[in-house]
Amino acid sequence: MTENTIANEKFNWFKMFWDGFMSMSTLGKTLWVVVIVKLIIMFAILKPFFFSDFLSSKDDKASYVSEELVDRSVSLPLSE
Amino acid sequence: MELLNSSLLEWSRAQFAMTAGYHWLFVPLTLGLGIIMSIVESIYVKTGDEKWKKAAKFWQLIFGINFAIGVATGIILEFQFGTNWSNYSWFVGDIFGAPLAIEGIVAFFLEATFISIMFFGWNRVGKKTHLASTWLTVGGATLSAYWILVANAWMQYPAGMAFNPETVRNEMVSFWSVALSPFAVNKFFHTVVSAWGLGAAFVSGVSAWYLIKNRNNDFALKSIKVSAIFGLVSFLLLAITGDGSAYQVAQKQPMKLAAMEGLYKGHEGAGLIAVGMLNPAKKAYDDNVDPYAFKIELPKMLSLMGYRNINAFVPGINDIVAGGYALPDGSIALSFEEKRSRGQKAIEALANFQEAKKAGLDSEAAQYEAVLRENYPYFGYGYLTDAHQLVPNVPLTFYSFHIMVIIGAYFILLFLVLCWYNCKKKIESTRWLQYVALWSIPLAYIAGQLGWVVAEVGRQPWTIQDVLPLQAAVSSLSAGNVIITFTLFALLFTALLIAEITIMVKQIKKGPED
Repeated sequence: MTENTIANEKFNWFKMFWDGFMSMSTLGKTLWVVVIVKLIIMFAILKPFFFSDFLSSKDDKASYVSEELVDRSVSLPLSE
Repeated sequence: MELLNSSLLEWSRAQFAMTAGYHWLFVPLTLGLGIIMSIVESIYVKTGDEKWKKAAKFWQLIFGINFAIGVATGIILEFQFGTNWSNYSWFVGDIFGAPLAIEGIVAFFLEATFISIMFFGWNRVGKKTHLASTWLTVGGATLSAYWILVANAWMQYPAGMAFNPETVRNEMVSFWSVALSPFAVNKFFHTVVSAWGLGAAFVSGVSAWYLIKNRNNDFALKSIKVSAIFGLVSFLLLAITGDGSAYQVAQKQPMKLAAMEGLYKGHEGAGLIAVGMLNPAKKAYDDNVDPYAFKIELPKMLSLMGYRNINAFVPGINDIVAGGYALPDGSIALSFEEKRSRGQKAIEALANFQEAKKAGLDSEAAQYEAVLRENYPYFGYGYLTDAHQLVPNVPLTFYSFHIMVIIGAYFILLFLVLCWYNCKKKIESTRWLQYVALWSIPLAYIAGQLGWVVAEVGRQPWTIQDVLPLQAAVSSLSAGNVIITFTLFALLFTALLIAEITIMVKQIKKGPED
Protein backbone atom coordinates (compact mmCIF):
# COMPACT_ATOMS: atom_id res chain seq x y z
CA MET A 1 0.00 0.00 0.00
CA THR A 2 1.32 3.46 -0.83
CA GLU A 3 0.59 6.71 0.93
CA ASN A 4 -1.52 7.81 -2.04
CA THR A 5 -4.03 5.09 -1.33
CA ILE A 6 -4.14 5.67 2.42
CA ALA A 7 -7.00 8.12 2.26
CA ASN A 8 -9.17 5.50 0.53
CA GLU A 9 -8.44 2.78 3.09
CA LYS A 10 -10.25 2.44 6.41
CA PHE A 11 -7.76 2.12 9.28
CA ASN A 12 -7.86 -1.32 10.83
CA TRP A 13 -5.88 -1.91 14.03
CA PHE A 14 -5.93 -5.67 13.77
CA LYS A 15 -4.78 -5.66 10.16
CA MET A 16 -1.99 -3.24 10.98
CA PHE A 17 -0.62 -5.52 13.68
CA TRP A 18 -1.20 -8.66 11.64
CA ASP A 19 0.56 -7.33 8.57
CA GLY A 20 3.26 -5.76 10.73
CA PHE A 21 4.10 -9.01 12.47
CA MET A 22 3.76 -11.10 9.33
CA SER A 23 6.18 -8.95 7.36
CA MET A 24 8.59 -8.45 10.24
CA SER A 25 12.28 -8.29 9.35
CA THR A 26 14.98 -10.42 10.95
CA LEU A 27 15.85 -7.47 13.15
CA GLY A 28 12.27 -7.19 14.39
CA LYS A 29 12.11 -10.91 15.16
CA THR A 30 15.45 -10.76 16.98
CA LEU A 31 14.23 -7.87 19.12
CA TRP A 32 11.03 -9.71 20.02
CA VAL A 33 13.09 -12.73 21.06
CA VAL A 34 15.24 -10.49 23.27
CA VAL A 35 12.14 -8.88 24.80
CA ILE A 36 10.43 -12.20 25.49
CA VAL A 37 13.55 -13.85 26.94
CA LYS A 38 14.17 -10.79 29.12
CA LEU A 39 10.60 -10.76 30.44
CA ILE A 40 10.70 -14.52 31.13
CA ILE A 41 13.94 -14.14 33.08
CA MET A 42 12.57 -11.18 35.01
CA PHE A 43 9.07 -12.39 35.81
CA ALA A 44 9.37 -16.18 35.74
CA ILE A 45 12.80 -16.58 37.36
CA LEU A 46 14.03 -13.49 39.19
CA LYS A 47 10.75 -12.29 40.70
CA PRO A 48 9.38 -15.57 42.12
CA PHE A 49 12.68 -17.18 43.11
CA PHE A 50 14.88 -14.27 44.12
CA PHE A 51 12.65 -11.25 44.66
CA SER A 52 9.61 -12.29 46.60
CA ASP A 53 8.01 -9.46 48.53
CA PHE A 54 9.89 -9.53 51.84
CA LEU A 55 6.95 -8.29 53.92
CA SER A 56 4.41 -10.66 52.41
CA SER A 57 5.52 -13.36 54.88
CA LYS A 58 4.75 -11.13 57.86
CA ASP A 59 1.29 -11.37 59.40
CA ASP A 60 1.15 -7.81 60.67
CA LYS A 61 3.28 -5.72 58.35
CA ALA A 62 2.79 -2.44 60.21
CA SER A 63 3.83 -3.96 63.54
CA TYR A 64 6.80 -5.68 61.96
CA VAL A 65 8.09 -2.48 60.32
CA SER A 66 7.38 -0.50 63.47
CA GLU A 67 9.48 -2.93 65.54
CA GLU A 68 12.24 -2.82 62.95
CA LEU A 69 12.30 0.96 62.98
CA VAL A 70 12.37 1.11 66.77
CA ASP A 71 14.92 -1.66 67.20
CA ARG A 72 17.34 -0.19 64.70
CA SER A 73 17.56 3.20 66.35
CA VAL A 74 20.86 4.15 67.98
CA SER A 75 20.12 2.19 71.14
CA LEU A 76 20.98 -0.92 69.09
CA PRO A 77 24.08 -0.17 67.03
CA LEU A 78 24.73 -2.09 63.83
CA SER A 79 26.93 -5.15 64.18
CA GLU A 80 29.81 -5.86 61.85
CA MET B 1 15.50 -9.36 65.31
CA GLU B 2 18.14 -10.50 62.88
CA LEU B 3 20.97 -8.04 63.28
CA LEU B 4 22.10 -6.17 60.24
CA ASN B 5 25.64 -6.17 59.07
CA SER B 6 27.51 -3.69 56.99
CA SER B 7 28.04 -6.24 54.21
CA LEU B 8 24.27 -6.53 53.67
CA LEU B 9 23.94 -2.77 53.50
CA GLU B 10 26.84 -2.30 51.11
CA TRP B 11 25.77 -5.12 48.77
CA SER B 12 22.19 -3.86 48.75
CA ARG B 13 23.42 -0.40 47.86
CA ALA B 14 25.77 -1.75 45.21
CA GLN B 15 23.00 -3.80 43.68
CA PHE B 16 20.64 -0.84 43.46
CA ALA B 17 23.38 1.43 42.12
CA MET B 18 24.37 -1.09 39.45
CA THR B 19 20.77 -1.61 38.32
CA ALA B 20 20.05 2.12 38.22
CA GLY B 21 23.32 2.74 36.38
CA TYR B 22 22.54 0.17 33.69
CA HIS B 23 18.94 1.43 33.44
CA TRP B 24 20.24 4.93 32.75
CA LEU B 25 22.27 3.64 29.81
CA PHE B 26 19.05 2.76 27.96
CA VAL B 27 16.60 5.45 29.05
CA PRO B 28 18.37 8.67 27.97
CA LEU B 29 18.82 7.44 24.41
CA THR B 30 15.10 6.66 24.22
CA LEU B 31 14.24 10.17 25.39
CA GLY B 32 16.87 12.01 23.35
CA LEU B 33 16.70 10.04 20.14
CA GLY B 34 12.90 10.15 20.40
CA ILE B 35 12.86 13.92 20.09
CA ILE B 36 15.37 13.93 17.23
CA MET B 37 13.50 11.32 15.17
CA SER B 38 10.30 13.32 15.76
CA ILE B 39 11.94 16.53 14.56
CA VAL B 40 13.34 14.75 11.50
CA GLU B 41 9.90 13.34 10.67
CA SER B 42 8.34 16.79 11.22
CA ILE B 43 10.72 18.17 8.59
CA TYR B 44 9.68 15.37 6.25
CA VAL B 45 5.99 16.15 6.73
CA LYS B 46 6.64 19.86 6.18
CA THR B 47 8.91 19.51 3.14
CA GLY B 48 7.70 16.24 1.62
CA ASP B 49 11.35 15.40 0.92
CA GLU B 50 11.70 11.60 0.90
CA LYS B 51 15.31 11.85 2.11
CA TRP B 52 14.05 13.21 5.43
CA LYS B 53 11.60 10.33 5.59
CA LYS B 54 14.47 7.90 5.09
CA ALA B 55 16.39 9.61 7.88
CA ALA B 56 13.37 9.52 10.19
CA LYS B 57 12.83 5.80 9.55
CA PHE B 58 16.47 5.01 10.25
CA TRP B 59 16.55 6.85 13.58
CA GLN B 60 13.23 5.25 14.51
CA LEU B 61 14.81 1.87 13.86
CA ILE B 62 17.70 2.69 16.21
CA PHE B 63 15.17 4.02 18.71
CA GLY B 64 13.28 0.73 18.41
CA ILE B 65 16.39 -1.34 19.14
CA ASN B 66 17.17 0.70 22.22
CA PHE B 67 13.53 0.70 23.34
CA ALA B 68 13.07 -3.06 22.93
CA ILE B 69 16.23 -3.98 24.78
CA GLY B 70 15.98 -1.31 27.45
CA VAL B 71 12.26 -1.38 28.19
CA ALA B 72 11.28 -2.75 31.58
CA THR B 73 14.82 -2.72 33.00
CA GLY B 74 13.43 -0.28 35.56
CA ILE B 75 11.09 -3.00 36.83
CA ILE B 76 14.12 -4.65 38.41
CA LEU B 77 14.48 -1.56 40.59
CA GLU B 78 10.88 -2.04 41.72
CA PHE B 79 11.63 -5.67 42.57
CA GLN B 80 14.43 -4.45 44.79
CA PHE B 81 12.20 -2.03 46.65
CA GLY B 82 9.98 -4.90 47.75
CA THR B 83 12.76 -7.33 48.58
CA ASN B 84 15.86 -5.42 49.62
CA TRP B 85 14.29 -2.21 50.89
CA SER B 86 11.04 -3.48 52.36
CA ASN B 87 11.06 -1.16 55.39
CA TYR B 88 11.47 1.75 53.02
CA SER B 89 8.71 0.47 50.73
CA TRP B 90 6.28 0.14 53.59
CA PHE B 91 7.31 3.44 55.17
CA VAL B 92 6.84 5.53 52.01
CA GLY B 93 3.41 4.04 51.45
CA ASP B 94 1.38 5.29 48.54
CA ILE B 95 3.42 8.42 48.02
CA PHE B 96 5.98 6.41 46.13
CA GLY B 97 3.42 3.98 44.76
CA ALA B 98 1.10 6.57 43.19
CA PRO B 99 3.59 8.15 40.77
CA LEU B 100 4.91 4.72 39.80
CA ALA B 101 1.36 3.47 39.18
CA ILE B 102 0.53 6.50 37.03
CA GLU B 103 3.75 5.91 35.16
CA GLY B 104 2.85 2.30 34.49
CA ILE B 105 -0.82 2.81 33.64
CA VAL B 106 -0.91 6.11 31.76
CA ALA B 107 2.48 6.99 30.42
CA PHE B 108 3.77 3.56 29.47
CA PHE B 109 0.53 2.57 27.74
CA LEU B 110 0.50 5.84 25.83
CA GLU B 111 4.01 5.06 24.68
CA ALA B 112 3.27 1.42 23.90
CA THR B 113 0.11 2.25 21.94
CA PHE B 114 1.59 4.82 19.63
CA ILE B 115 4.90 3.07 19.10
CA SER B 116 2.97 0.39 17.17
CA ILE B 117 1.57 3.00 14.77
CA MET B 118 5.04 4.51 14.49
CA PHE B 119 6.56 1.22 13.35
CA PHE B 120 3.67 -0.51 11.56
CA GLY B 121 1.67 2.47 10.39
CA TRP B 122 3.89 4.18 7.82
CA ASN B 123 1.70 3.12 4.91
CA ARG B 124 -1.55 2.79 6.85
CA VAL B 125 -2.17 6.22 8.31
CA GLY B 126 -1.71 9.69 6.88
CA LYS B 127 1.56 11.60 7.27
CA LYS B 128 0.21 13.85 9.98
CA THR B 129 -1.36 11.00 11.95
CA HIS B 130 1.92 9.12 11.78
CA LEU B 131 3.83 12.20 12.90
CA ALA B 132 1.41 12.66 15.80
CA SER B 133 1.99 9.02 16.78
CA THR B 134 5.74 9.54 16.74
CA TRP B 135 5.49 12.61 18.97
CA LEU B 136 3.04 10.81 21.28
CA THR B 137 5.46 7.89 21.58
CA VAL B 138 8.25 10.11 22.80
CA GLY B 139 5.71 12.14 24.80
CA GLY B 140 4.68 8.96 26.60
CA ALA B 141 8.30 8.08 27.30
CA THR B 142 8.92 11.57 28.67
CA LEU B 143 5.78 11.41 30.79
CA SER B 144 7.03 8.08 32.12
CA ALA B 145 10.27 9.74 33.10
CA TYR B 146 8.35 12.53 34.81
CA TRP B 147 6.55 10.22 37.22
CA ILE B 148 9.68 8.24 38.02
CA LEU B 149 11.51 11.49 38.72
CA VAL B 150 8.63 12.73 40.90
CA ALA B 151 9.12 9.61 43.02
CA ASN B 152 12.87 10.16 43.17
CA ALA B 153 12.48 13.86 43.96
CA TRP B 154 10.19 13.03 46.86
CA MET B 155 12.98 10.99 48.43
CA GLN B 156 15.26 14.00 48.16
CA TYR B 157 12.64 16.48 49.37
CA PRO B 158 9.69 14.77 51.05
CA ALA B 159 6.70 17.06 50.48
CA GLY B 160 2.92 16.73 50.57
CA MET B 161 2.81 13.89 53.10
CA ALA B 162 1.93 13.16 56.72
CA PHE B 163 3.22 10.26 58.80
CA ASN B 164 0.59 7.93 60.20
CA PRO B 165 2.01 6.19 63.30
CA GLU B 166 -0.77 3.58 63.31
CA THR B 167 0.08 2.23 59.88
CA VAL B 168 3.74 3.32 60.12
CA ARG B 169 3.37 4.83 56.68
CA ASN B 170 3.69 8.24 55.14
CA GLU B 171 0.40 9.17 53.56
CA MET B 172 -0.15 11.63 50.78
CA VAL B 173 -2.04 14.74 51.87
CA SER B 174 -1.45 16.78 48.73
CA PHE B 175 -0.99 15.08 45.37
CA TRP B 176 0.03 18.36 43.73
CA SER B 177 2.65 19.08 46.38
CA VAL B 178 4.23 15.75 45.49
CA ALA B 179 3.73 16.00 41.72
CA LEU B 180 4.74 19.64 41.34
CA SER B 181 7.30 20.11 44.09
CA PRO B 182 10.02 22.48 42.88
CA PHE B 183 12.53 19.71 43.43
CA ALA B 184 10.58 17.36 41.14
CA VAL B 185 10.05 19.94 38.41
CA ASN B 186 13.73 20.90 38.37
CA LYS B 187 14.86 17.30 38.48
CA PHE B 188 12.56 16.42 35.59
CA PHE B 189 13.77 19.21 33.31
CA HIS B 190 17.45 18.73 34.17
CA THR B 191 17.30 14.96 33.70
CA VAL B 192 15.22 14.98 30.53
CA VAL B 193 17.27 17.73 28.93
CA SER B 194 20.44 15.76 29.74
CA ALA B 195 18.86 12.86 27.83
CA TRP B 196 18.19 15.17 24.89
CA GLY B 197 21.85 16.15 24.95
CA LEU B 198 22.87 12.51 24.95
CA GLY B 199 20.56 11.82 22.02
CA ALA B 200 22.09 14.71 20.10
CA ALA B 201 25.63 13.52 20.86
CA PHE B 202 24.67 10.02 19.71
CA VAL B 203 23.14 11.16 16.42
CA SER B 204 26.03 13.54 15.71
CA GLY B 205 28.57 10.82 16.46
CA VAL B 206 26.90 8.12 14.38
CA SER B 207 26.38 10.57 11.50
CA ALA B 208 30.03 11.56 11.73
CA TRP B 209 30.95 7.89 11.37
CA TYR B 210 29.11 7.77 8.02
CA LEU B 211 31.05 10.84 6.90
CA ILE B 212 34.33 9.26 8.00
CA LYS B 213 33.40 6.19 5.96
CA ASN B 214 32.27 8.48 3.13
CA ARG B 215 28.90 6.80 2.74
CA ASN B 216 25.30 7.98 3.15
CA ASN B 217 26.71 11.50 3.26
CA ASP B 218 23.48 13.30 2.50
CA PHE B 219 21.66 11.41 5.27
CA ALA B 220 24.52 12.08 7.69
CA LEU B 221 24.64 15.80 6.94
CA LYS B 222 20.88 16.12 7.33
CA SER B 223 21.05 14.30 10.68
CA ILE B 224 23.96 16.41 11.94
CA LYS B 225 22.12 19.56 10.94
CA VAL B 226 19.28 18.62 13.29
CA SER B 227 21.39 17.12 16.07
CA ALA B 228 23.89 19.99 16.22
CA ILE B 229 21.21 22.63 16.71
CA PHE B 230 19.20 20.40 19.03
CA GLY B 231 22.34 19.49 20.97
CA LEU B 232 23.38 23.11 21.41
CA VAL B 233 19.90 24.08 22.64
CA SER B 234 19.82 21.04 24.95
CA PHE B 235 23.18 21.70 26.58
CA LEU B 236 22.38 25.39 27.05
CA LEU B 237 19.09 24.37 28.68
CA LEU B 238 21.05 21.84 30.70
CA ALA B 239 23.20 24.63 32.13
CA ILE B 240 20.08 26.62 33.05
CA THR B 241 18.27 23.66 34.61
CA GLY B 242 21.50 22.64 36.34
CA ASP B 243 21.58 26.04 37.98
CA GLY B 244 17.98 25.49 39.10
CA SER B 245 18.86 22.07 40.48
CA ALA B 246 21.83 23.48 42.38
CA TYR B 247 19.56 26.12 43.89
CA GLN B 248 17.12 23.44 45.07
CA VAL B 249 19.97 21.36 46.49
CA ALA B 250 21.27 24.40 48.41
CA GLN B 251 17.82 24.96 49.92
CA LYS B 252 16.91 21.37 50.74
CA GLN B 253 20.13 19.36 50.83
CA PRO B 254 22.94 21.67 51.98
CA MET B 255 25.18 18.71 52.86
CA LYS B 256 25.05 17.54 49.25
CA LEU B 257 26.00 20.99 48.00
CA ALA B 258 28.90 21.12 50.46
CA ALA B 259 30.09 17.69 49.27
CA MET B 260 29.77 18.73 45.62
CA GLU B 261 32.15 21.61 46.32
CA GLY B 262 34.31 19.95 48.98
CA LEU B 263 33.33 22.83 51.24
CA TYR B 264 34.06 22.10 54.89
CA LYS B 265 34.08 25.58 56.39
CA GLY B 266 31.32 27.76 55.08
CA HIS B 267 31.52 31.49 54.56
CA GLU B 268 29.75 34.42 53.03
CA GLY B 269 30.35 35.14 49.36
CA ALA B 270 31.53 31.58 48.70
CA GLY B 271 33.23 30.86 45.39
CA LEU B 272 32.45 28.04 42.98
CA ILE B 273 35.37 25.78 42.19
CA ALA B 274 36.07 25.87 38.46
CA VAL B 275 38.98 23.45 38.62
CA GLY B 276 40.33 21.78 41.70
CA MET B 277 41.77 18.72 43.34
CA LEU B 278 40.94 17.44 46.80
CA ASN B 279 43.65 16.69 49.30
CA PRO B 280 43.80 12.86 49.55
CA ALA B 281 45.12 13.21 53.12
CA LYS B 282 41.76 14.52 54.30
CA LYS B 283 39.92 11.58 55.82
CA ALA B 284 37.25 13.13 58.04
CA TYR B 285 35.41 16.40 58.34
CA ASP B 286 36.96 17.13 61.75
CA ASP B 287 40.62 16.22 61.13
CA ASN B 288 41.71 19.83 60.44
CA VAL B 289 43.46 18.82 57.21
CA ASP B 290 43.20 21.32 54.34
CA PRO B 291 40.59 19.83 52.00
CA TYR B 292 42.13 21.05 48.74
CA ALA B 293 45.39 20.20 47.01
CA PHE B 294 44.64 23.15 44.75
CA LYS B 295 41.62 25.04 43.49
CA ILE B 296 40.67 27.79 41.10
CA GLU B 297 37.48 29.50 42.17
CA LEU B 298 34.90 31.68 40.48
CA PRO B 299 34.45 34.27 43.26
CA LYS B 300 31.06 34.45 44.98
CA MET B 301 29.46 32.17 42.40
CA LEU B 302 28.49 29.42 44.86
CA SER B 303 26.59 31.96 47.00
CA LEU B 304 24.90 33.30 43.90
CA MET B 305 24.05 29.84 42.58
CA GLY B 306 22.81 28.44 45.88
CA TYR B 307 21.07 31.45 47.38
CA ARG B 308 20.69 34.02 44.56
CA ASN B 309 22.81 36.43 46.59
CA ILE B 310 26.53 36.95 45.98
CA ASN B 311 27.16 37.57 49.68
CA ALA B 312 24.99 34.77 51.09
CA PHE B 313 26.47 32.42 53.67
CA VAL B 314 27.01 28.91 52.29
CA PRO B 315 27.37 26.36 55.09
CA GLY B 316 30.18 23.84 54.85
CA ILE B 317 30.16 20.29 56.17
CA ASN B 318 31.50 21.37 59.57
CA ASP B 319 28.84 24.08 59.86
CA ILE B 320 26.05 21.65 59.03
CA VAL B 321 27.30 19.26 61.72
CA ALA B 322 27.79 22.02 64.31
CA GLY B 323 24.65 24.04 63.43
CA GLY B 324 24.16 27.54 64.82
CA TYR B 325 24.10 29.46 61.53
CA ALA B 326 21.12 31.35 60.13
CA LEU B 327 19.00 29.47 57.60
CA PRO B 328 17.39 31.24 54.62
CA ASP B 329 14.05 31.35 56.48
CA GLY B 330 15.66 33.19 59.40
CA SER B 331 15.68 30.26 61.84
CA ILE B 332 18.89 28.90 63.34
CA ALA B 333 20.22 25.57 62.08
CA LEU B 334 20.24 22.77 64.64
CA SER B 335 23.43 20.85 65.33
CA PHE B 336 23.75 17.16 64.51
CA GLU B 337 23.47 16.33 68.22
CA GLU B 338 20.27 18.34 68.54
CA LYS B 339 18.79 16.70 65.48
CA ARG B 340 19.79 13.27 66.72
CA SER B 341 18.21 13.95 70.08
CA ARG B 342 14.99 14.97 68.37
CA GLY B 343 15.15 11.93 66.11
CA GLN B 344 15.50 9.64 69.12
CA LYS B 345 12.53 11.35 70.77
CA ALA B 346 10.47 10.74 67.63
CA ILE B 347 11.39 7.04 67.49
CA GLU B 348 10.76 6.61 71.20
CA ALA B 349 7.40 8.34 70.79
CA LEU B 350 6.53 5.94 67.96
CA ALA B 351 7.34 2.95 70.18
CA ASN B 352 5.32 4.38 73.05
CA PHE B 353 2.44 5.25 70.73
CA GLN B 354 2.29 1.65 69.52
CA GLU B 355 2.33 0.32 73.08
CA ALA B 356 -0.37 2.74 74.21
CA LYS B 357 -2.56 1.82 71.25
CA LYS B 358 -2.20 -1.88 72.00
CA ALA B 359 -3.17 -1.23 75.60
CA GLY B 360 -6.17 0.85 74.51
CA LEU B 361 -4.80 4.01 76.14
CA ASP B 362 -5.95 6.50 73.53
CA SER B 363 -5.25 9.72 75.44
CA GLU B 364 -1.66 8.64 76.13
CA ALA B 365 -1.30 7.59 72.51
CA ALA B 366 -2.41 11.06 71.43
CA GLN B 367 0.29 12.63 73.62
CA TYR B 368 2.97 10.40 72.13
CA GLU B 369 1.67 11.17 68.66
CA ALA B 370 2.07 14.89 69.35
CA VAL B 371 5.70 14.34 70.43
CA LEU B 372 6.28 12.23 67.33
CA ARG B 373 4.86 14.89 65.00
CA GLU B 374 6.88 17.65 66.62
CA ASN B 375 10.13 15.76 66.12
CA TYR B 376 9.30 13.86 62.94
CA PRO B 377 11.32 16.12 60.59
CA TYR B 378 14.45 14.68 62.28
CA PHE B 379 13.18 11.09 62.62
CA GLY B 380 16.08 9.63 60.65
CA TYR B 381 18.78 11.20 62.79
CA GLY B 382 17.79 8.79 65.55
CA TYR B 383 19.54 6.03 63.61
CA LEU B 384 22.92 7.74 63.27
CA THR B 385 25.56 6.92 65.83
CA ASP B 386 27.87 9.84 65.11
CA ALA B 387 28.21 12.86 62.87
CA HIS B 388 30.63 11.16 60.49
CA GLN B 389 27.71 9.08 59.20
CA LEU B 390 26.04 12.29 58.08
CA VAL B 391 28.80 13.11 55.59
CA PRO B 392 28.54 11.53 52.11
CA ASN B 393 31.54 10.38 50.10
CA VAL B 394 33.02 13.81 49.40
CA PRO B 395 35.65 12.90 46.76
CA LEU B 396 33.17 10.85 44.72
CA THR B 397 30.54 13.58 44.85
CA PHE B 398 33.06 16.38 44.21
CA TYR B 399 34.77 14.80 41.20
CA SER B 400 31.51 13.49 39.73
CA PHE B 401 30.00 16.95 39.88
CA HIS B 402 32.98 18.76 38.43
CA ILE B 403 33.68 16.26 35.67
CA MET B 404 29.98 16.35 34.74
CA VAL B 405 30.07 20.15 34.50
CA ILE B 406 33.29 20.08 32.45
CA ILE B 407 31.77 17.55 30.03
CA GLY B 408 28.64 19.70 29.78
CA ALA B 409 30.73 22.76 28.92
CA TYR B 410 32.68 20.66 26.40
CA PHE B 411 29.46 19.69 24.62
CA ILE B 412 28.30 23.31 24.41
CA LEU B 413 31.59 24.05 22.64
CA LEU B 414 31.35 20.95 20.43
CA PHE B 415 27.81 21.73 19.29
CA LEU B 416 28.72 25.37 18.71
CA VAL B 417 31.55 24.23 16.44
CA LEU B 418 29.29 21.71 14.70
CA CYS B 419 26.65 24.40 14.12
CA TRP B 420 29.30 26.77 12.77
CA TYR B 421 30.80 24.20 10.42
CA ASN B 422 27.31 23.18 9.37
CA CYS B 423 26.47 26.80 8.48
CA LYS B 424 29.68 27.01 6.48
CA LYS B 425 28.92 23.61 4.90
CA LYS B 426 32.36 22.33 5.92
CA ILE B 427 31.49 19.35 8.11
CA GLU B 428 31.84 16.90 5.24
CA SER B 429 35.42 18.02 4.62
CA THR B 430 36.54 18.44 8.24
CA ARG B 431 37.81 15.06 9.22
CA TRP B 432 39.05 15.96 12.72
CA LEU B 433 35.61 17.25 13.69
CA GLN B 434 34.01 14.02 12.49
CA TYR B 435 36.34 12.01 14.73
CA VAL B 436 35.74 14.33 17.67
CA ALA B 437 31.96 13.97 17.26
CA LEU B 438 32.23 10.18 17.01
CA TRP B 439 34.44 9.76 20.07
CA SER B 440 32.35 12.17 22.10
CA ILE B 441 29.43 9.71 22.30
CA PRO B 442 30.78 7.94 25.43
CA LEU B 443 31.33 11.30 27.13
CA ALA B 444 27.60 12.00 27.03
CA TYR B 445 26.92 8.67 28.75
CA ILE B 446 29.62 9.33 31.33
CA ALA B 447 28.16 12.77 32.11
CA GLY B 448 24.69 11.26 32.58
CA GLN B 449 26.00 8.60 34.95
CA LEU B 450 28.00 11.15 36.91
CA GLY B 451 24.90 13.30 37.27
CA TRP B 452 23.14 10.43 39.00
CA VAL B 453 26.20 9.76 41.16
CA VAL B 454 26.03 13.38 42.37
CA ALA B 455 22.30 13.14 43.00
CA GLU B 456 22.39 9.81 44.83
CA VAL B 457 25.80 9.57 46.50
CA GLY B 458 25.57 13.21 47.54
CA ARG B 459 22.41 12.56 49.56
CA GLN B 460 23.79 9.66 51.57
CA PRO B 461 23.07 8.38 54.18
CA TRP B 462 19.42 9.08 53.40
CA THR B 463 16.91 7.03 51.47
CA ILE B 464 14.41 9.74 52.43
CA GLN B 465 16.08 13.03 53.27
CA ASP B 466 16.36 13.48 57.07
CA VAL B 467 13.65 10.89 57.71
CA LEU B 468 14.96 7.43 56.85
CA PRO B 469 18.63 6.45 56.54
CA LEU B 470 19.85 3.36 54.72
CA GLN B 471 20.36 1.24 57.82
CA ALA B 472 16.70 1.63 58.78
CA ALA B 473 15.41 1.11 55.25
CA VAL B 474 17.14 -2.14 54.28
CA SER B 475 15.47 -5.55 54.71
CA SER B 476 16.86 -8.12 57.12
CA LEU B 477 18.13 -10.42 54.39
CA SER B 478 21.31 -12.43 54.37
CA ALA B 479 24.16 -10.68 52.56
CA GLY B 480 24.76 -13.92 50.64
CA ASN B 481 21.33 -13.68 48.98
CA VAL B 482 22.02 -10.13 47.91
CA ILE B 483 25.39 -11.12 46.46
CA ILE B 484 23.70 -13.85 44.40
CA THR B 485 21.10 -11.46 42.99
CA PHE B 486 23.76 -8.83 42.41
CA THR B 487 25.64 -11.35 40.28
CA LEU B 488 22.50 -12.36 38.39
CA PHE B 489 21.70 -8.74 37.62
CA ALA B 490 25.24 -8.03 36.54
CA LEU B 491 25.02 -10.95 34.09
CA LEU B 492 21.54 -10.04 32.81
CA PHE B 493 22.26 -6.37 32.28
CA THR B 494 25.66 -7.00 30.75
CA ALA B 495 24.05 -9.46 28.34
CA LEU B 496 21.40 -6.89 27.45
CA LEU B 497 24.03 -4.22 26.92
CA ILE B 498 26.10 -6.50 24.69
CA ALA B 499 22.93 -7.41 22.73
CA GLU B 500 22.07 -3.74 22.35
CA ILE B 501 25.52 -2.71 21.16
CA THR B 502 25.84 -5.70 18.80
CA ILE B 503 22.44 -5.24 17.17
CA MET B 504 22.77 -1.47 17.01
CA VAL B 505 26.26 -1.53 15.49
CA LYS B 506 25.11 -4.09 12.92
CA GLN B 507 22.17 -1.90 11.96
CA ILE B 508 24.28 1.25 11.81
CA LYS B 509 26.78 -0.52 9.55
CA LYS B 510 23.87 -1.56 7.36
CA GLY B 511 22.81 2.07 7.18
CA PRO B 512 19.58 3.78 6.24
CA GLU B 513 17.51 2.04 3.60
CA ASP B 514 18.06 3.08 0.03
